[in-house]
Amino acid sequence: MPQFLDYGFIQRAYLAGSFIAALCAMLGLFLVLRKLSLIGDGLSHVSFGAIALGLFFGFYPFYVAIPVVLIASWFILKLTEKAKMYGDAAIGVVSSIGIAGGVILAGLSKGFNVDLFSYLFGNILSISGREVYLSIGLSLAVLLVIVFFYNDLFSATFDQEYAKLTGVKTGRIDLLLTSLTAVTVVLAIKVAGVMLVSALLILPAVTALQLAKGFKAAMFMSVLAAVLSVLTGITASFFLDLPAGAAIVMCNAALFAAALVFKKLTS
Amino acid sequence: MQMNTILSVKNLSFSYGAAEVLRDVSFDVFKGDYIGLAGPNGAGKTTLIKTILGLTDKYTGAAELFGRDMRSFDSWYRIGYLPQRVNAFNPLFPATVKEVVGLGLLSRKSFPRRFTAADEEKIRRTLELMDISDLGDKLVGELSGGQQQRVFLARALVPDPELLILDEPSTALDPVSREGFYDIIKELNVEKGITSILITHDTAQIGRYANKLLYLDKKVIFYGRFGDFCHSQEMTDYFGSFSQHLICHQH
Repeated sequence: MPQFLDYGFIQRAYLAGSFIAALCAMLGLFLVLRKLSLIGDGLSHVSFGAIALGLFFGFYPFYVAIPVVLIASWFILKLTEKAKMYGDAAIGVVSSIGIAGGVILAGLSKGFNVDLFSYLFGNILSISGREVYLSIGLSLAVLLVIVFFYNDLFSATFDQEYAKLTGVKTGRIDLLLTSLTAVTVVLAIKVAGVMLVSALLILPAVTALQLAKGFKAAMFMSVLAAVLSVLTGITASFFLDLPAGAAIVMCNAALFAAALVFKKLTS
Repeated sequence: MQMNTILSVKNLSFSYGAAEVLRDVSFDVFKGDYIGLAGPNGAGKTTLIKTILGLTDKYTGAAELFGRDMRSFDSWYRIGYLPQRVNAFNPLFPATVKEVVGLGLLSRKSFPRRFTAADEEKIRRTLELMDISDLGDKLVGELSGGQQQRVFLARALVPDPELLILDEPSTALDPVSREGFYDIIKELNVEKGITSILITHDTAQIGRYANKLLYLDKKVIFYGRFGDFCHSQEMTDYFGSFSQHLICHQH
C-alpha cells in the first residue's frame, strides 16, 4: 500500500470526502434537471454568514450553519411561492443577505477573520475526527432519505404536474429537496469551500448527463464521477501541494470535458 | 346521479383574476362515452380538465369523479391523463421509456412506492399494447413525436384507468400518425370500455371517432351526439350555417 495512505488525515479526507461527494452528486442531478443548479451557490453564501455568526458567538460553526442554512432554503421556497419571484431571483436575494451578514460580522469581530476566510476555500485535508463522524452520519441520513423517496423525487423532477396526479405531494418533495441540499451544502464546505461548493453539485451531474442512458444510470455515473474526482483531487493535492478543494473541482471539470469529447466522438 | 356516471360537472366557473375562463359549465360523462372536447383557442378546454383533475384551485361550482366530490377524490389510478406534449417533459431528461411508463403506476402505490416484479410485468405488457416493446430501454428524448405520444399514452394506461383524458394528443403528429393515434383511442374505448375525453381543435376530425361532442367557448355551446350537432340551432347561431355545414360534411 502506498505510504501516504497511512496518514490519518488522508484516510479521513478520502472517507468523508467520498461520502459528501456522493451525496452532492445524487442531489445535484435532481437540482440540475429542475434548473435549480445555483441553489447550491446561494446556500453556500448563506453558510458564509452562518459560519461568521457561529465564530462571532464562539459556537462550533457547523452547528450554527446547518439550522441557519435550512431556514434560508425554506425562505427561498417561500419567496418563490408567495412573493411570486423566479427561483434564481429568490436565490440571489437570500445569497446576498448571507454574504452581507458575514462581512458585517467579520467587520465587527476582533480577530476571527483568518478562521472565517479559511472556510471560503475549504480544506478536506484538515478535517477532524469529529467532523468525519458528523459528515458520514449526516451523509448516511440524507442518502437514506433519497433512497426512500427515490420514486417521488424522480416523478416530481420529470413532470411536476403529472406527479401531483399520481398522489406525489410535490410541495413536500420540493421542501425535502431544498432541505437536503441545505444540509449537504454545509457539509460540502469542508471539502470545497464556500466559493466552490456548487461545483460539487453541478459538475458530476452534468458529466453524467452527457453519457447516461437512463435516470438510474445517470445517478450512478454522477456518483462515480464525484467520488473519482474526490479521490484523485485529494491525491493530487497531497503530491503536488495544491489546495484540495480546487484540485477536486478541477478533476470534476476534467471528467466533464472527457465526457463531452467522448460523446462527440461516439455520436 | 346515475349508477354509470363517471364524471358529473355542475356550474363550474373559473377566472384568472378579472379574466373569465369558464362560466357555469355543467355536463355528465357516462361509462363508455368517448367525448370530443372542442372549442377555439382560449375556450377554457385545458382549464376545465385541469380543474376536474384538481390541478387548479379558486374555482366555483362542483364536480364528482366516480361519485366522489373532486375535492376529496384520491383514487387517481382510475384516471389516465395525457397532458399536452409540449408541456410534458424536458427532452434532455435522461429517462428511459420504461422509467417514464413506470411513473404511471405510482398512483397505485402507497409510500415508499417501490416497484415489484408484477409492476415490471405490467409495464412490459403496456409497452406491448402500445406496440413499443422494442423502445423500452431507449431515452424518451431521442424518440420521434409519434413514439413519444405512445410512451405517454402508455404511462396513462399502465394503472388500468377507467377514464382516459387526453389533451390535444395529436398536436405534434403528422397526419398519418394522427390517424393512427385516434384509432388507438377508439380501440381502447370500444374493446376495453375505457371512457375517454379527448381535447382537440379539430371539430370535424373528432366527429369520426367520438360518440359525443362537447363544444366549449368559456361556457358549454353544445353537448350531445355529433349527429345532433349538425342540426343544432345553437351551433348554427354560433358557427353560421356555412361553417357548420362544412364541419359536418368533413366528418
